[in-house]
Amino acid sequence: MDSALTVDRLHFAFTATFHYLFPQLTMGLALLIVWLKTIALRTGNEHYHQAARFWAKIFAINFAVGVATGIPMEFQFGTNWSRFSKSAGGVIGQTLAMEGVYSFFLESSFLGLFIYGEKMLGPVGHWVSAVLVWLGSWLSGYFIVATDAWMQHPVGYALGLRGEFGLTSLQDLLLNPWVQWQYPHVMMGALATGAFVMASTGAFYLIAKRHEAYGRIFIATGVGGALFGSLFLMATGDGQGRNVAAYQPVTLAASEGLFSTAQGAPLAIMGQPDTSAGRLDNPLLLPNVLSFLTYRHWSAEVKGLNEYPRDVWPDQVPLLYYSFHIMVGLGTIFIAIAAISAVWLMRGRLFGSKPLLWILMLAFPFPYIANTAGWMTAELGRQPWLIYGILRTADGNSPAVSEGSVLFTLVGFMGIYMVLGMLWLFLIYRELEHGPGAHP
Amino acid sequence: MIQLVWFCLAAMMIAGYVVLDGFDIGAGAIHLLVARTPAERKQVLATIGPVWDGNEVWLIAGGGTLFIAFPALYASSFSGFYLPLMMVLWLLILRGVSIEFRNHIDSPVWTPIWDAGFCVSSGLLAVFYGAALGNVVRGVPLNASGDFFLPLWTDFTTGERPGILDWYTILIGVLALAALVVHGALWVRHKTRGALSARAGRFAHGVWWLLGILTLAATAASFSLQPHITANFRAYPGGAVFPLLAVAGFLGMRQRRELTAFLSSCAYLVGMLTSAAFGMFPYVLPSVGAPDFGLTIYNTAPAVYGLQVGLAWCIPGMALAVGYSVFVYRRFAGKVT
Repeated sequence: MDSALTVDRLHFAFTATFHYLFPQLTMGLALLIVWLKTIALRTGNEHYHQAARFWAKIFAINFAVGVATGIPMEFQFGTNWSRFSKSAGGVIGQTLAMEGVYSFFLESSFLGLFIYGEKMLGPVGHWVSAVLVWLGSWLSGYFIVATDAWMQHPVGYALGLRGEFGLTSLQDLLLNPWVQWQYPHVMMGALATGAFVMASTGAFYLIAKRHEAYGRIFIATGVGGALFGSLFLMATGDGQGRNVAAYQPVTLAASEGLFSTAQGAPLAIMGQPDTSAGRLDNPLLLPNVLSFLTYRHWSAEVKGLNEYPRDVWPDQVPLLYYSFHIMVGLGTIFIAIAAISAVWLMRGRLFGSKPLLWILMLAFPFPYIANTAGWMTAELGRQPWLIYGILRTADGNSPAVSEGSVLFTLVGFMGIYMVLGMLWLFLIYRELEHGPGAHP
Repeated sequence: MIQLVWFCLAAMMIAGYVVLDGFDIGAGAIHLLVARTPAERKQVLATIGPVWDGNEVWLIAGGGTLFIAFPALYASSFSGFYLPLMMVLWLLILRGVSIEFRNHIDSPVWTPIWDAGFCVSSGLLAVFYGAALGNVVRGVPLNASGDFFLPLWTDFTTGERPGILDWYTILIGVLALAALVVHGALWVRHKTRGALSARAGRFAHGVWWLLGILTLAATAASFSLQPHITANFRAYPGGAVFPLLAVAGFLGMRQRRELTAFLSSCAYLVGMLTSAAFGMFPYVLPSVGAPDFGLTIYNTAPAVYGLQVGLAWCIPGMALAVGYSVFVYRRFAGKVT
């Protein structure tokens, strides 16, 4: 692989991965804030109003970093991937521009009102602005996932005279079978992050014996959101897995570490893929389970990597395999934590259970890791294609931009994002330290 | 034909961005000069706090418009202007966090850092945007496949081997700074009271003279540098309406009524940008050296279906967006306290 391409890929991977740490919390919290505001509006409980105000402050800090790191994403298509933009802009420009027109205007307009205008709007108006912020942020997720879905499974396009892809059906682009599973899966991942962060904050307050009334609200809301989110993560992940089996079978084989075609293929729980020897080392296998999960039939045949020529294998099989397994493993653990906590909550024992509170408090990094691993699974699984089956990643980057220029801006982004990350931690820490407070 | 509609739409989006984000960038550029006390600085930020983020969305939407309608332009210009564009992104990051983080901690150490970040990033962004426009008007050395890569500067002349910065693009950069400074100062005057408002007004009037001189110089330089502009105005004399709008706006900035003066400044910016767009049409990125390689709205557009369906959702979408903006601006109408 030529090294300018590698640096371009790392540039996108780094800026996208760092960026997505923020929107996942934004999108998750947006829904939970609507929930808190709804309860506040219906019961008139001032604690819920105050809880929503507290999370709105965290939301605002997080949103600012999300916007700051998000603008470079749209521009990078042109700066670093000009051959891709030139050939596919007529298609993916649609969804990217829709994001700006239909979701960012909505989100930013009403976020300003939500943050600055509670007194001016009154309780119902303030609730409406919270709903519109949630709607805007989840619409933005839709357009981005639809863009990615087209790169994973291109539909509704035709090859034009200059070798560019032209849109032939907006409906196909927006209702791509890929987006129908990937979008709810991504949103549930965001809800998991928001919910675990909220529950973790609540657990912290209970353990530290501060703001305990709020701590209980945060835990109850967070555990509910985490249970809902993680169960639907599993359901949508299953649908997404069958999409991969149908449209990217070689990716399925690589992420499952299945090197040889098998009837009644086993599911690898653990093991290390060895691409040169073409086998999974030290495997821990559940016999026939992969066949069942993929085709709902215990002895169905699942094609292994050996069926496909090397030049269509994802180019980072071990990384893909590990990312996928970390995502699935963590998702399973989330269901366990959320289910046990929910049962304890309903029996009224959660707030007094030190071990569970500690587990909830320390769980918050893991949804971030799972979301990151999930996106790595999706994007590494798409390789070696930029647009699956029709444009190779190696044919997509900018011919006029030298490796040194890209390396320079990659290092620049790393430095800037490190400072941004520290500032974010510092400001969030101050808000948590200050707490929801007693002021109405 | 549909390409022309998209050209007008893209010009409108860019003009919308410059008018809206322009006033908060201008307010930032003069922030440290007109606001003397911490309380005044907080007021300047309060004039833009609820709206600046929505204003910046016009940049995203404008970029998206270029991506849909002229993908080959988007690809060529963004990769060719790689380094300055990355610097713009870094300045946007600095500016965004400066505005959002400043008020979280009330400390004599914390706030001045972000006030300085806001001021410097805003001022530099104005210059970068102007220089970018200058580069587009002057043209770049495109090759047969529509690619180029410009060094930051060469010998500061506009010859066969131009850089991002030469005398012309620097002139347009300074013009943009002056224009946005006046625009931002008129906004601050309109939205604040007392000493701060008066100081912003005096500042706007002082820079107004300089803006007039720079406008004349930049107009003369553009006509002499890009013969295409002269040709367009000769062929379609009706295009004079755009520069006339700019002149009317320029004169209106002296109005005593604060809102009228600010709206005149909006008209000036729209007039200047539409004049440039009209003069360049149908080019969106001319080529220096080999004119045939120039990018036009026709050789950069994709298949017609995408443009048609894009128009069908973009126009109602933008109507909604303008609706939200009107709602938000009306909610936050009046002076900040």
